[in-house]
Amino acid sequence: MSKEITIMNFNNFTHCDAPFTDDKVFDGCGISAFINVDGKLENGARIANMVTCLQDRENGLGAGFAVYGCFPDRKDEYCFQIIAEDDTTKDKVKEFLQDKGTISYDEKIPVKSEMGLPRQPILWRYFFKPPSEVNEEAYDDYIVKLHMALNDSFQRKAFVMSAGKNCMALKGNGWSREIAEYYQLENYEGCMWLGHSRFPTNTPGSWFGAHPFSLLSWNVIHNGEITSYGTNRRYLEMFGYKCLLGTDTEVIAYLFDQLVRRHKIPVPIAALAFNPPLYDTIDKMPYEQQLTMKNIRMTYRSALLNGPFSIVVGSEINGKPAMIGLTDRKKLRPQLVAQSDDEKTYFISSEEASFERLRLAEDATHADISKVWASHAGVPFIARLGDGVVRTGMEKPFEGIQLSINEYPPELGT
Amino acid sequence: MSLIHKTFPKFKVVVDREKCKKCTRCVNGCTFGVLSFNGERIIADNEKCVDCQRCAVYCPAEAITIENYPIVYSPHGTYTERIRKIDWFQSSTGGVLLASTGTDLPYPVIFDDIVLDACQVTNPSIDPLREPVETKVFLGSKPAKLDFDVDPDDENNITMRTRYPPNFEMSMPLMIGHMSLGSISFNACMSIYKAVSELGIVAGSGEGGLNEAFYPYKNHLITEIASGRFGVDLNYLQGVAGLEIKIGQGAKPGHGGHLPGEKVTQLISETRMIPKFSDALSPYPHHDIYSIEDLQQLISALKEATRYKIPIGVKIAAVHNVAPIASGIVRAGADFITIDGFRGGTGSAPRIIRDHVGIPIEVAIASVDERLRSEGIREKVTLIAGGSIRYSADLIKAIALGADICMVAMPVLLAMGCRFCQQCHTGNCSWGIATQRPDLVKRLDVDISVQRIKNLFHAWNEELKEIMGAMGIDSVESLRSNRDRLRYLGPNPHIADVLGIKHVGE
Repeated sequence: MSKEITIMNFNNFTHCDAPFTDDKVFDGCGISAFINVDGKLENGARIANMVTCLQDRENGLGAGFAVYGCFPDRKDEYCFQIIAEDDTTKDKVKEFLQDKGTISYDEKIPVKSEMGLPRQPILWRYFFKPPSEVNEEAYDDYIVKLHMALNDSFQRKAFVMSAGKNCMALKGNGWSREIAEYYQLENYEGCMWLGHSRFPTNTPGSWFGAHPFSLLSWNVIHNGEITSYGTNRRYLEMFGYKCLLGTDTEVIAYLFDQLVRRHKIPVPIAALAFNPPLYDTIDKMPYEQQLTMKNIRMTYRSALLNGPFSIVVGSEINGKPAMIGLTDRKKLRPQLVAQSDDEKTYFISSEEASFERLRLAEDATHADISKVWASHAGVPFIARLGDGVVRTGMEKPFEGIQLSINEYPPELGT
Repeated sequence: MSLIHKTFPKFKVVVDREKCKKCTRCVNGCTFGVLSFNGERIIADNEKCVDCQRCAVYCPAEAITIENYPIVYSPHGTYTERIRKIDWFQSSTGGVLLASTGTDLPYPVIFDDIVLDACQVTNPSIDPLREPVETKVFLGSKPAKLDFDVDPDDENNITMRTRYPPNFEMSMPLMIGHMSLGSISFNACMSIYKAVSELGIVAGSGEGGLNEAFYPYKNHLITEIASGRFGVDLNYLQGVAGLEIKIGQGAKPGHGGHLPGEKVTQLISETRMIPKFSDALSPYPHHDIYSIEDLQQLISALKEATRYKIPIGVKIAAVHNVAPIASGIVRAGADFITIDGFRGGTGSAPRIIRDHVGIPIEVAIASVDERLRSEGIREKVTLIAGGSIRYSADLIKAIALGADICMVAMPVLLAMGCRFCQQCHTGNCSWGIATQRPDLVKRLDVDISVQRIKNLFHAWNEELKEIMGAMGIDSVESLRSNRDRLRYLGPNPHIADVLGIKHVGE
């Protein structure tokens, strides 16, 4: 096999002048991600390779990346990155943030503006600390509120691109190769990278509507369409989340925040809420599992994610970045997992081509890949910094989990 | 002699003399005293005919047809035939007019102005015959969150700490509405209770107590505590699927029940625990509930009495302020709340109330769901909606507007043979459904009725799955309150705003 890689260059017929719109966007996209569980930092060259080779999964209407561990010097500050329509709005955003806390440092996000991407917004980065009267435990909730308020306060002229600690998302309207070049990914280093290329089909793409969708340290990239969007959105709105970005993927980020951060539900259990086994399967489980599973489905009935999806969620729980891969329970969108020879790096991608691309690379992006597998439909793959693989994606529900029940419910009506 | 009281019949029974075999089956079948045999031929007193169709259905020679009475009412857009008849009739009787079933006035049905979504290209639709599509729901209160303890030394050692409130597991998001023994017959009740037990869903008992013969089915029944407290004893409270405090009914908001003494037979007397032939009048309000605080006390008392093992709910009629009332009920501790829309049915109600009081269920669902969400308490409660859920399309739209479960009654009566003649309040039901006359009750074959009810619900559930499959949704919880999948295609776009749905094309 030739080692030369040729990226097919499709003409960009669909690169339209996308206005801000409030319609929901449906996606069919390419997703890739990797994590080095030893925490070794690397730049964005590899993720760019993984995503850009999935070019027929995108149509030039959006791409984006997320990186974890990129601001080691400011790791305790929230990095607000703003997409603003003009300078005036950007200044207002700064005033808004200054009013709500302290900006220790801010800068223009370095971009290659000479590339001439259409409708380039103002992109700005603020390192932010909540005011002293906010308890440290309440920081995250404070930032979520601020994030939502910011999205809601500028007549759709400014949106938060990301606002996490020691992590960020970089996204925009263009092909993935354009966006990678635009943000100069080679200048950032992280132990975990996510990359997304987009094929929105119902409405034009937009800068804020590109993936990843971020909230705190959650970054979600998504291929698919959430048919339960309305149900999920109405559930989340009860708890202060505002779905203003017009894309179904948004709800996934907020649902992870609601269940995993706020309700402190372990990720493998939360995955069962988003993607529960069928009742026929539940009925065959041992009693403890059956009871737990039914309670999960009942309590979080509005958090069930329906429709085809393949997602990668970047997270940071207790200071440890973790990469979560998940598909819908029918697996109507592809997702593969790969492991490097040294078992230190784990990759996820929509297609095996991404792994092959790394295998064939002769530069620093080269990876020796020892194992590739497809996780089971609806079963999470989780790899975490320091701990390696937490869930392989091949488990049955609750496999490997010692489950107990504190108090058994009475039999109904007895 | 004055004849100013005279009005013309609505219907005319036409007997084809050539076909008629004079077997008099129609005479025996007629329960409204229309038909008689004079030795030579069948004659009809058209004045009494209600178009129950019993005679026509059972005529072995197919000799009977029923027609509109051929009289022309001089046309007038304001004083319609209906209005004129009401005024004539009340001039004769001086009384409050009674009626049954839901209102017969042609109010616009908002359900019919809503269209549904389906998947194309970007998302595969699902064929429910090939892939699982789930319609299971749970009736009862849900906690706002689940608490798990994770062992700090071993993250795989997980304990579920939440004590779960009682929930009844239902195979489909459908229940049969409350029709008491009294409003319908023993055989009709038996058919309904057997059917729901076999279907794995629930039925309402109505306010008429629970006959001992129905005890085997009571774990599939929601028994009703109404203002008359008829038949309420320990057996009525324990071992049931749910308990419901009935505040109101869609067909007669603000009204109690009325079962005339002549219908209080031995059976009804035993079941309701009232003297034979005494009027069973349930008061308009509960005389121990004059406020939301009082309701809270009764809910608490019932929870105590049943040791927190049974979901306790409250049923209200859909009235203008239904949303804040519902919110108060949830805060008073109800596990489920039933809302009955103004087109909902009745066995007997003052016609003026039935036809003019309340709001449509579509709007009530939307505003209650929205209100509970704005207060962050929607997930806690099961929202049951009824009052003119006519067929599966209404069920699907009601769920997408925000209901958990739909309550159905009239279609169940249709399944049992009802012809919709709207004479339930007379107690003369020729099909053995809304009557207490033993000779008529036995006309209703329980086994056949059970099968027909099961068929009907099975068909609706399949249609629900078909629509969900087309939407790319494989579990009914993802349809619930998913208003994005609805569009309004009707005459008044403001309704779309009230329902929280977009107009077609948006």
